[in-house]
Amino acid sequence: MSGIHPAHVLAIRGLDVRFRTEAGEVTPVRGVDLDVFAGRVTALVGESGSGKSVTSLAVIGLLPRPSGGVAAGSVAYTGKSGVTVDLARTPASAMRAYRGSEIAMIFQEPMTSLNPVLSVGEQIAEQVRLHMRLDAAAAWRRAEDMLGLVEIPDARRRAHDYPHQMSGGMRQRVMIALAMSCNPRLLIADEPTTALDVTIQAQILALIDQLRKTHGMGVLFITHNLGVVAEVADTVSVMYAGEMVERTDVRTLFRAPRHPYSQALIDCLPARAARAADGRRLIRAIPGSVATAFAAPGCRFAPRCAFRDDACEAALPDLREIGEGHVSRCRRWEALA
Amino acid sequence: MLTTLARKLGGMITVMFLVATMVFFLTRLAPGDPAALMLGDQATQADIEQLRKTYGLDQPLLVQYGLWLKEVIAGNLGQSIFLQRPVLTAIGERAEPTFFLALFSILIASLIGIPAGIISAVWRGGRSDQAVSAGAMLAASIPSFWLGLLFIQFFSVTLGWFPVAGYGDPGAPLAQRLYHLILPATVLGIVNSALITRFTRASMLDVLSEDFVRTARAKGLSESRIVLRHALGNALVPIITVVGLTAALLVGGAIITETVFGLPGIGNLVVSAVLRRDYPVIQGALIVIAGIYVMINFAIDVIYTLVDPRVKT
Ligand SMILES: Nc1ncnc2c1ncn2[C@@H]1O[C@H](COP(=O)(O)OP(=O)(O)O)[C@@H](O)[C@H]1O
Ligand SMILES: [Mg+2]
Repeated sequence: MSGIHPAHVLAIRGLDVRFRTEAGEVTPVRGVDLDVFAGRVTALVGESGSGKSVTSLAVIGLLPRPSGGVAAGSVAYTGKSGVTVDLARTPASAMRAYRGSEIAMIFQEPMTSLNPVLSVGEQIAEQVRLHMRLDAAAAWRRAEDMLGLVEIPDARRRAHDYPHQMSGGMRQRVMIALAMSCNPRLLIADEPTTALDVTIQAQILALIDQLRKTHGMGVLFITHNLGVVAEVADTVSVMYAGEMVERTDVRTLFRAPRHPYSQALIDCLPARAARAADGRRLIRAIPGSVATAFAAPGCRFAPRCAFRDDACEAALPDLREIGEGHVSRCRRWEALA
Repeated sequence: MLTTLARKLGGMITVMFLVATMVFFLTRLAPGDPAALMLGDQATQADIEQLRKTYGLDQPLLVQYGLWLKEVIAGNLGQSIFLQRPVLTAIGERAEPTFFLALFSILIASLIGIPAGIISAVWRGGRSDQAVSAGAMLAASIPSFWLGLLFIQFFSVTLGWFPVAGYGDPGAPLAQRLYHLILPATVLGIVNSALITRFTRASMLDVLSEDFVRTARAKGLSESRIVLRHALGNALVPIITVVGLTAALLVGGAIITETVFGLPGIGNLVVSAVLRRDYPVIQGALIVIAGIYVMINFAIDVIYTLVDPRVKT
C-alpha cells in the first residue's frame, strides 16, 4: 500500500478464543493478530475449521454463551467517534450499541439468515429505528432506499416481500442492505458468496466492493476461496488450525507466498491447475485435513507439509517479519523462494 | 386458495359423517334396553313394547341408522328419551358452563404454559428451566379430580372464598355464575398447562438456534425483543396447535372436573345420559363435540395463515 497509511478500524492482538465442551476445553483460535483499515479489505483465508468464523464472532461478541469466550488478547476497535475501545473487554450490554450500527455482519447462509415471518423491509427498518432513531415512516423509506442501493429491482414493492419469496442471491442482497443500513465502519462478511452460484457471486462481490469505495468502511472478508481473495482483498491473512501463518498484501501473496500452506492453497486454485491430456483441469487438493487435536509441539501444518524437516516438529515457530508488511510462520521460508 | 378451502370443507364433512356413523353403532353395542330402564321395575312387557315403538327402537338397526342420519343431516338430533325435550335444546341448556369452563381453562393454561416454556428455553439448563420442568412434570401427573378436591377443601371449605360446587341459582347474574368457574378452570388450567409448557419450550429451543436469531443479535436488538418478536414469532405455529387441540379436548373432556364441581355442563349431561342409556342425547352430544373439534381444527388452520406468511390457504 502506498501513500498515507489508512486509519485503523480494527486491530486484533494475541486473540485466544476458548470453548468449554464435553470433551474438555478447546482453544480453536490462538494468538491471532489481525488488522482492518478504513476503506480497505482484509481477507481472512483458510480451510474450513481453521477458526475464521470463531474469530469474527469474537469481534462482534456473539460467541456462543456461556460455553465460549475470549480467553486472552485484545480487539481494539476505532469507531465513528474516533475513540478506540477494546471490544474483548466491553460488557455484553454495551456491545449491543456497536452491533448493527458500527459493526455489521453478513453471514454465509442467505437462505436461513433472515427471519421468515417478517417482511425484508421490516427487518431492515427495525435496525434503522433502533440505531438511527428514525420514526417508523422514515425508517421504512430508508429500508426501501437500501434495497434500491443493493440493486434489488422494484425495491419499493419488494420491501413488503417475505424472505421465502426471494432467491438466495436476492436474500444476500437484503443481508447486505441490512448490514449497510446504519453506515457501519466495519463490515464483517463471513463467506458471503459461498452458498451462491458463480454469476451471482460475482455480482455480490462487485456490490460489496462498490459500497466499500463509496462508504469508506473497512471490510473483513472471510473466505476459504483464494480466487475470491484475488478479486476483493487489499491485504490477506492466512489462517491455519487456529493460528495466523502468513500475512501480506494480495499481490505479494499470489506472486511470492512464503508459507507452504499459502502456496498449497494457491496451487489448488482451478486457474492454476494443470491440464490433463484430454484438456480437463486437474484440480488439486491439499492432502490430509486440518488437525484439531495436537500431539506434537511443532508447526501445526508440518504433518501435511512437503517442505518440513525434523526441526519443524520440535517447536512451534513464531511469526516473523520477512519483508515490508509481510510476515510468515514458516522456519524455512527462504527455501520456498 | 378456494380449492384448498373446498378441500378442507370436504374433509370436515367426511370426518363428521364418519363420527356420526361410529357414534350410532357404538352406542347400540352397549347392553341394556332404554325403554325398560325408563319405565322402571313395575313396567309390563306391553308398556315396554309400546315405548320402543314410539322411539323407533323396534325397527331393524340399519333402518334406525338411515332414519337417524336423515334427521341429523336436517339438523335434528332427535328427542331425549328421559328429559322430554329435543336433544339440541338439552345440550344448549348445558352449553354455557362448559363453554366458559373451556375458555377460562385454556386461557389459564396458556398464561402459565407459554411464559413458562419461554423462560425455560431462554435459560435452558439453568435453575428456572429445572424448576419449570419439575412443575410441568408435577402438573401432568396430578389427577384433576384430586387437585379439584384439594382446591375445594382449601379455598372453599377452609378459606370460604369460593362456592363448594354448582353453578349458582338458575336466575343468578352471569358474573355470579362465572364466579363458580374460577376454581374448576384453575384446576383444568394447571393440569393442561404441562403440555403447552413442553411444546413452547421445545419449539422455542428449535427457533433460538436458528441463523436468523444470530442475525437479530448482530443487529444489536435487545434480548427481550429477540426472544419475544423474532423467536416467539417463529415458534407460534406449534404452540397454537397444542393450545387449539387442548381447547378442543376441554370442550368434550372436562367430564371429571364438571362432576367434581357439580357443574351442569355437557360432560355432566353425557355422564347421566350414559347411565340412563339415553341414546339420542349421547349421540347428539358426541356429534356436537366432534363438530366443535372439527371447527377448532379449521380455526387453527386459519390462524396459521395469519402468523406464518409461508403457509398458504
Ligand atoms: N460452539 C463451539 N464449541 C466448540 N468448538 C467450536 C464451536 N464453534 C466452533 N468450534 C470449533 O472451532 C474451530 C473453528 O471453527 P470455525 O471458526 O467455524 O471455522 P471456519 O474457519 O470454517 O469458519 C472448529 O474446529 C470448531 O470445531
Ligand atoms: Mg466459517
